[in-house]
Amino acid sequence: MKYELVAGFETHIELATKTKIFCGCTTQFGGEPNTHCCPVCIGLPGTLPKLNRQVVRYGIMAGLATHGEIAEISKMDRKNYCYPDLSKAYQISQLYAPLTIGGYVELSSGKKIRLHHIHIEEDAGKLIHQHGDTYVDYNRGGVPLIEIVSEPDIRSIDEAREYVEKLQQVMRYIGISDCKMQEGSMRCDVNISVRPVGSEKLGTRTEIKNMNSINNICKAMEYEFERQVDLIESGGQVVQETLRYDDATNTTSSMRSKEDAHDYRYFRDPDLVTIHVTKEEVEEIKSTLPELPTEKCKRYVDELGIPEKDAQLLTKYRNISEYFDKACEGVKSPKTVSNFIIGQIFSRVETEADKEVFDVSVNPEQLNELVKLLDSGKIRNNLAKATLEKMLDSGKGALEFISESDMGGLDENAMLELCKQAVESNAKAVEDYKNGKEKAIKALVGFVMKNSRGKADAAAAEAKIKELIG
Amino acid sequence: MGTIAKIHEMLTTKQCSCTELTKSYLDEIEKSNGELNAYVNVTGDEALKTAEKVDKKIASGEEIGLLEGVPMTLKDNLSTKGIETTCCSKILTGYKPIYNATVWDILQSQNAVMLGKTNMDEFAMGSSCETSYFGGATNPFNTKHVSGGSSGGVASAVGANIAAYGLGSDTGGSIRQPASFCGIVGLKPTYGSVSRYGLVAYASSLDQIGPITKSVEDASIVFDAISKYDEKDSTSKEYNGDTYSSLNNDIKGMKIGIAREYLDGVRDDVKEAVLNAAEVYKSLGAEIVYFDLPALKFALPVYYIIACAEASSNLGRYDGIRYGYKTEHYNGTHDMICRTRSEGFGEEVKRRILLGTYVLSAGYYDAYYKKAQNLRGTIVKAFNDAFTHCDVILAPTVPMTAFEMGRAVSDPIETYLTDICTVPVNIAGLPGVSVPCGFNAKGMPIGMQLIGKSFGEAEILNAAYKYQQAAGENFKDTKWGVKL
Repeated sequence: MKYELVAGFETHIELATKTKIFCGCTTQFGGEPNTHCCPVCIGLPGTLPKLNRQVVRYGIMAGLATHGEIAEISKMDRKNYCYPDLSKAYQISQLYAPLTIGGYVELSSGKKIRLHHIHIEEDAGKLIHQHGDTYVDYNRGGVPLIEIVSEPDIRSIDEAREYVEKLQQVMRYIGISDCKMQEGSMRCDVNISVRPVGSEKLGTRTEIKNMNSINNICKAMEYEFERQVDLIESGGQVVQETLRYDDATNTTSSMRSKEDAHDYRYFRDPDLVTIHVTKEEVEEIKSTLPELPTEKCKRYVDELGIPEKDAQLLTKYRNISEYFDKACEGVKSPKTVSNFIIGQIFSRVETEADKEVFDVSVNPEQLNELVKLLDSGKIRNNLAKATLEKMLDSGKGALEFISESDMGGLDENAMLELCKQAVESNAKAVEDYKNGKEKAIKALVGFVMKNSRGKADAAAAEAKIKELIG
Repeated sequence: MGTIAKIHEMLTTKQCSCTELTKSYLDEIEKSNGELNAYVNVTGDEALKTAEKVDKKIASGEEIGLLEGVPMTLKDNLSTKGIETTCCSKILTGYKPIYNATVWDILQSQNAVMLGKTNMDEFAMGSSCETSYFGGATNPFNTKHVSGGSSGGVASAVGANIAAYGLGSDTGGSIRQPASFCGIVGLKPTYGSVSRYGLVAYASSLDQIGPITKSVEDASIVFDAISKYDEKDSTSKEYNGDTYSSLNNDIKGMKIGIAREYLDGVRDDVKEAVLNAAEVYKSLGAEIVYFDLPALKFALPVYYIIACAEASSNLGRYDGIRYGYKTEHYNGTHDMICRTRSEGFGEEVKRRILLGTYVLSAGYYDAYYKKAQNLRGTIVKAFNDAFTHCDVILAPTVPMTAFEMGRAVSDPIETYLTDICTVPVNIAGLPGVSVPCGFNAKGMPIGMQLIGKSFGEAEILNAAYKYQQAAGENFKDTKWGVKL
């Protein structure tokens, strides 16, 4: 029998607010243990939380960027559980009335992974195990999170990968989080089950936690899919449980069964008031959102004539797309800009991390100037390419490397002279061409281009040479 | 009587220095606290330092505020920086907060002289002060009787003149009930009118800080001082108390309502005293209207479900890891937390944590907590309707007078029933003030309660003030404490 994978995601994303969700402490990563703390975020008796409105704003941005509905009224609830890194023995979260409802993430296939809701909540501290002792660091306690809960719409590992990547991309675009899985600013729990292909009924699911990269998510899901299928095939039954993924062995192991599941005793947090969001506020936030990657990519393909693959590269990170947008201002051929970025600039920005920052020595205005010189016919493509390399080496503008005479083009006589020289000094190529090797002409054109320092029009040179050879 | 106004006058007319005054209060505490057990922590050095500051100010001819230099006390669940705040629980022994409750910030900035922290039922759970880890505070009218609870220590100290006034907290009657038992005045303000920041939470949606004083005028002075909007408390309202200016307003034509249900099951002597008070009001030109408030029958179960649910969550943080008591011998983190809590909490607190955990647990939430929340709405609405018939509601504070020590501990259910007249006010978030209205045959004080509309403190204090002026004989000093 063939089996189908069914998965849904619960994704936690740390928000990039300056201060924590319920107090004025910094959210900065790291720091000496327990130095980014105050009476409120370590939950001293008698302290009260005060909601940081920026968290609501970022939550709304996340909701809008995923096409969700923003709740006009939402509320904070307490999720009660006892663990040393949770200083109040409850996490302030949202269950009964979350900030945003519904929405979806669209995959490149056009399939929409529906979202159930997005809610805001606080992060817990961290336990540090050292020399046989356990220490607790509350610096992270109270750092704001959103949790994005998807419907079980994912049917393959590839869809899972793309879903997480798309989510990461969108959240980075709107600037609410750096979404670094390694640093824990993005964390995914996966609910996974299998069922015979064609079956409508959902199988018993397990939940996998503790995966710190997209690759690990995919590996864990592959392993778990196989495990569940094998279990069913051998006559067994999947048990509802929470699993921990171990990347060293690439296996999952049980953390707790359904019977041991926490009863969180959720109830409305009486210390916090109802969150009201007006339609005007939502509109105002909407107006500040940048163009989102999926829409941007479509626009690049449909309106600017960029090939789909290139458009995806350009929109992968917001900084690249913004660089591209600026460099394109007023140019005739955006594709030329795209080619320069992908062909030449990318070779100097190798890692994904650097691509995300996209801090290149040539600024978009300088690239724009270069492309306009090309557009106006003042310089040829080869000269432009060579100039861009020099610009990238030095950070200087195009005009530093292109003289007035370079921009004059090549007059008729000089062109004729160069073509004659090309024919005279490349007897072998001329011979080859005459013998039917069409490509040999390229060497002759290349001679003209080189000796004119790129000023010659390659097509015109080729025509002239053919004329000379006869 | 050692009221705030009287002390202020003594200080400004230099009948005594603030240091002398403070010393005499400290001396009286020394003499009587063994029997009263009102104070669990006396902070004499700090008190004398503040007194000295006030004396310097007076000597330099500077004007002083009404509360300046007045010796007072705080219930031990109000956070005081550097001063142990235990909630009279073993689990918080040794805990010294690193910040001040907002109310203490306000009073400290006005040079209030804090004599110490006073006794209470453990985590404010109780009606007799006897669940305190340090043993109960006794009643200054008869020390074989309880002071009431949970703010029993404040009431005992103020009733015994070993503090001019104090701040308590009221979740289901914890200010009004002990004030009633000790023959003094206790105001439970409207929810949101006084910042809860720094009040160690019992039940967050019901808790409210308020004054316990010797006179209505004092309650008004202290309430006006502490009723300030506080951005640190999200439930705090943009409201600044001003009750003092309307204290002596004429109450002719004021409609005073009596809900028949409030008189059900009330002891005869208490009922009689309350009805006598109604007569006093009639003589002052007020109109008495009777009405029904059937929703009151839901008040007790609603209160115990909501209060315990919130408490079970609020008290989860006491795990021995960061502050307070920690068990000595344990095997791993889980065992450490279990032992710390088993050893650190008293019986009543454990009972309420268990009750609260139960009503919030999966499968029971709808049947208990959710239903209680719905009924809470019904009670709020019933009070709103009632206030279309009357301006203030008159009721007994407690169906009885202070009982003997030991009785509450033996029968918790019977003790829960003593809260019947006080809890509705907390459920509806309304203000209520308890005022002495007589004595029973054994000389124990009886209290009546005036309940107002939301933020109607000025109205109920005005009515209470008028009563005190007309029936001053019900406001009595005891044999204890400082004689002024």
